[in-house]
Amino acid sequence: MPFAALRADFPALHQTVHGKPLVYLDNAATTHKPRVVLDALARYYERDNSNVHRGLHALSMRATDSYEAARARAARFINAADPAEIVFTRGTTEGINLVAQSWCAAHLRQGDVILTTEMEHHSNLVPWQVAARRAGATLRFVPVAGDDAEHGLDLDALDSLLTPQVKLFAFTHISNTLGTINPAAELCARARRAGALTVVDAAQSAGHEPLDVRALGCDFLAFSGHKMAGPTGIGILYGRRVLLDTLEPWQTGGGMVASVTYEGAKWKPSPERHEAGTPNIADAVALHAAMDWLDALGRPALAAHNHALAALAAEMLAEIPGLRLLGPRPGEPRAGLVSFALKDAHAHDVVTFADQDGIALRGGHHCNQPLMRKLGLTGTTRASFYAYNSADEITTLATSLRRIVKFFGSA
Amino acid sequence: MSDFDDLYRDLILDHAKRPRNRGKPPTANRAATGDNPTCGDNCTVHLRLDDGGRISAIGFEGSGCAISTASASIMTTQLKGKTAPEAETAFAGLKDILATGKPPEDFNELAAFAGVHAFPARIKCATLAWHAALEAMKTEPASSS
Ligand SMILES: Cc1ncc(COP(=O)(O)O)c(C=O)c1O
Repeated sequence: MPFAALRADFPALHQTVHGKPLVYLDNAATTHKPRVVLDALARYYERDNSNVHRGLHALSMRATDSYEAARARAARFINAADPAEIVFTRGTTEGINLVAQSWCAAHLRQGDVILTTEMEHHSNLVPWQVAARRAGATLRFVPVAGDDAEHGLDLDALDSLLTPQVKLFAFTHISNTLGTINPAAELCARARRAGALTVVDAAQSAGHEPLDVRALGCDFLAFSGHKMAGPTGIGILYGRRVLLDTLEPWQTGGGMVASVTYEGAKWKPSPERHEAGTPNIADAVALHAAMDWLDALGRPALAAHNHALAALAAEMLAEIPGLRLLGPRPGEPRAGLVSFALKDAHAHDVVTFADQDGIALRGGHHCNQPLMRKLGLTGTTRASFYAYNSADEITTLATSLRRIVKFFGSA
Repeated sequence: MSDFDDLYRDLILDHAKRPRNRGKPPTANRAATGDNPTCGDNCTVHLRLDDGGRISAIGFEGSGCAISTASASIMTTQLKGKTAPEAETAFAGLKDILATGKPPEDFNELAAFAGVHAFPARIKCATLAWHAALEAMKTEPASSS
């Protein structure tokens, strides 16, 4: 694999677990960080550390410049029209909550509908449940089709679901549980025709696939730095400028006000109005380095690499006796992860066993309990891939899984 | 013995693969369900108390990992004939073993769970069924059976 040389850039990958070389296959939860990102973080604290926006001294100006450069970089990264369309958040969850609280408080009325899908992460479900309950609105779901969710979203059902009552359609670009890649541009176009705004959960796509908000035609889009080679604690909410500029802030305080009297305050325009308090400057700067790293690598090449690994894994794992593969069938398009259930071994036992072989997997409901219930499962085991993973590691995984089946098998 | 082999001892694997007292006993009239929110697993314990307050029938349902299934299975074999205070004492014994990894000498089958001590994330799996059983003993009996 041409990507093998990258491993040298990731300090955390060079360790053994239970005496075995680490095989890190939990990238959908969080990816590792390349040296350049770690260096950017350290460099910021060692050289520029200061508060932004309110200082006139040299360090403060450097910190402000670096923070705003990260914002401009993020705008370029997703092809937003304007850096003011980029709000720094803690991550995907916070970005979605911002829309669910601010936008819904202002615009969602009794009888309205929020449309989402049956494959959403709890982060793109629970905030809408709360917003809908507050407004007296209802939630509707685009169904997931197929016994193993292999057909993805039921797009035939979409037109009848997109009624005039639907004010907002929130969906994930890539399912963290199934590996399904949703046709995000088509979903946005159909929502727009029906008069609904769109919120795209790009947690699993931003660091893996080329992403262009103007080509997608979405109104809001949220993602997390830590799933794209960046640090934890930083994420991005994109919103079209006209929406963000008129949205009431969900948190208030310093940094977001234009003027304050004892009686009241006026807000700055976006993005400041949505970033109350001292922001996460250092992690924004490190995320800038991560975006540079990703584009130096090339996102189309990265996507091809991850898809190829997932395709190989789907093919190899499907041959394991008693293994139920979820999501797309082998040979069909699949994002960089595989999720499966073994007849005789519970996901937590699988993860504990694989860990003994140095393999980091994730087992459980993947913050997707309703979907698990629909599929008749309490959980699955998931292997998810990134730039530094190799075909050899998938062979290691398949070998380990065969031993697991033998160990826990009833036969 | 590695931590791993110590976790999945033969007794645990045996009960995980062939759980005893699975299902609702026909005479059971009390039940409670425990949930493990971290993994979505659940365990429902069904039981009946005789006139002396002793468990005369007990069984469990639910889906869980090898540790939680074995724990539920071994628990049902341990609790038959016990009163609520005796069940509390047995559970306290298990919790000690999980906390220390060192069972007292010649302890009963619950000693097999000593290996869970090295896997803190799995301790909840070993206690799930016990919480449900103790809860079930406190519930009002269903009037029918
Ligand atoms: C599809 C999806 N949405 C949302 C999230 C939440 O991301 P975060 O925890 O970084 O806010 C995740 C991460 O687990 C995810 O996979």
